[in-house]
Amino acid sequence: MIIVDSLTKKYGGFTAVDHVTFRAEPGRVTGFLGPNGAGKSTTMRIVVGLTPASSGTATVLGRRYADLPNPGREIGVLLDASAQHAGRTGREILTLAQRTMRVPRSRIDEMLDLVSLSDEEAGRRVRDYSLGMRQRLGIATALIGDPEALVLDEPANGLDPAGIRWMRDLLRGFADRGGTVFLSSHLLHEIEVIADDLIVIGSGRIVASGTKGELLASAGTYAAAAELAALANALTTAGHTAEMSLCGLRTDADAGQVGRLALAAGVPLTELRPADSAGLEEMFLELTKDDAREGDAA
Amino acid sequence: MSSTTMDTHATVRERHGQKDGGYAPIPFRTVLGVELRKAFDTRSGFWLLVAVAAAGVIATGATLAFASDSDLTYNNFAAAIGVPMTILLPVVAILAVTSEWSQRAGLTTFTLVPHRGRVIRAKLVATLLIGVSSMALALAVGALGNIIGTGLKGVDTTWDLSFTTILYIVGADLIGMMIGFTLGVLMRNSPGAIVTYFSYWFVLPTLTGLLAANQHWFEKAQPWVDFSYNQNRMYDGGFSSQDWAQLALTGTVWLLLPLAFGLWRVLRAEVK
Repeated sequence: MIIVDSLTKKYGGFTAVDHVTFRAEPGRVTGFLGPNGAGKSTTMRIVVGLTPASSGTATVLGRRYADLPNPGREIGVLLDASAQHAGRTGREILTLAQRTMRVPRSRIDEMLDLVSLSDEEAGRRVRDYSLGMRQRLGIATALIGDPEALVLDEPANGLDPAGIRWMRDLLRGFADRGGTVFLSSHLLHEIEVIADDLIVIGSGRIVASGTKGELLASAGTYAAAAELAALANALTTAGHTAEMSLCGLRTDADAGQVGRLALAAGVPLTELRPADSAGLEEMFLELTKDDAREGDAA
Repeated sequence: MSSTTMDTHATVRERHGQKDGGYAPIPFRTVLGVELRKAFDTRSGFWLLVAVAAAGVIATGATLAFASDSDLTYNNFAAAIGVPMTILLPVVAILAVTSEWSQRAGLTTFTLVPHRGRVIRAKLVATLLIGVSSMALALAVGALGNIIGTGLKGVDTTWDLSFTTILYIVGADLIGMMIGFTLGVLMRNSPGAIVTYFSYWFVLPTLTGLLAANQHWFEKAQPWVDFSYNQNRMYDGGFSSQDWAQLALTGTVWLLLPLAFGLWRVLRAEVK
């Protein structure tokens, strides 16, 4: 369990993290979603004690991170897979972690096996690793102490689709066994397939949070019809929203309401379903558009 | 692969279920052991320490090959070996600190041990241990060279280096390492700290020497203000109580205060 309460970080006059409050619960994968520069990494660095907070608190498994006697045994951390001495081999980096945490040597080979790094690859220096291999090594370092919680900053960066699927299964399994997973991403599609709970951050402030189901439900309903304008008209007359796209529309009315209104208006529906990820993506862009560098162009 | 995951973590969860108050704190000797290992486990670190050892052997060989018979004394062997040591050992000290920032390895180091003071202390102890053992090795190599050299040339073996003088030399070299360490803590950047150290060691004494030769007032003041001057005098040994006072004064101003300031900043700075 990770509890962040009213966390704030100021750099001079700039507020990078602004009264951020959330929980990452055990048994669940909590996704931390936001555009680049929104404050995700700063929040994560504060949680693990690398950056001092201006105000507010963060606790991991009931304690401040710095008060954990052997943090690697309780919380696995991967903040930046490239932040390693390039002259060390992968195996050596795992060995340093294994020795610091005082876990059995056998954990090194178990972890290499778990993240599918071969003996030959483990013997190479990290400067010769691809980003995907560094992410795998970082995951291995985070897991070597058998932690109860994981904090991962952009862990899917540099992974190929098979790698992302592997990561998803790994984190799913970890959470299903009672672990807490807190991971960040700036890509909605990436996090959507992994996370149970979502926290959306923009400009240092939390703009939305909840279970994925809740957020998807709030994304509304997608409907398509040949006479789209008539359907939109029926919806807006009834007081619902109707955002038309190329061949359908998104509305805040639920599927039942859309069906009844379409029947009353005599408009045959060709498609009717929860707006789902398309809706969540629009919501994400909407929520963060003031903060995203691309602005309205996105 | 996923079955491996299952197995390892099933046991983990069981153990977490059993444990009551958490894990034992990481002992200092563990942090120290890891920091010592880190001095050797990169290519740069490994070759640097090989260079320290090789320099000692080469310097001994060169003294054997080029010194006249009367110069085959332990003092000269020790001096020949000491020069590369004073140059290379501070670099060991610098890299111990700066690699955490220059290579960003600190992101992992300081999350696994979330008390930077302990890590820095372990680095300092590891650095000084490496320094003392390198010098012990160098003095042994020099002694061997002295015995072999004088034996080969058929001259008397001269042991003209007192234990006290050896302590002065070791002390001066450890001060050099402390300067490297301080520069590492202050700058947290490998090339910057190394260049600054070399400037301190090679350029500064030349400049102050020139100044002292031309300005009488500076020649008088130099022992009271110039730390590198006092550090260099240590290689000759035989300090009076005034010499010690001058070393302590300049050492406090030029070494201890900057080190304290650097540590104060390192303990607070963000690790990115």
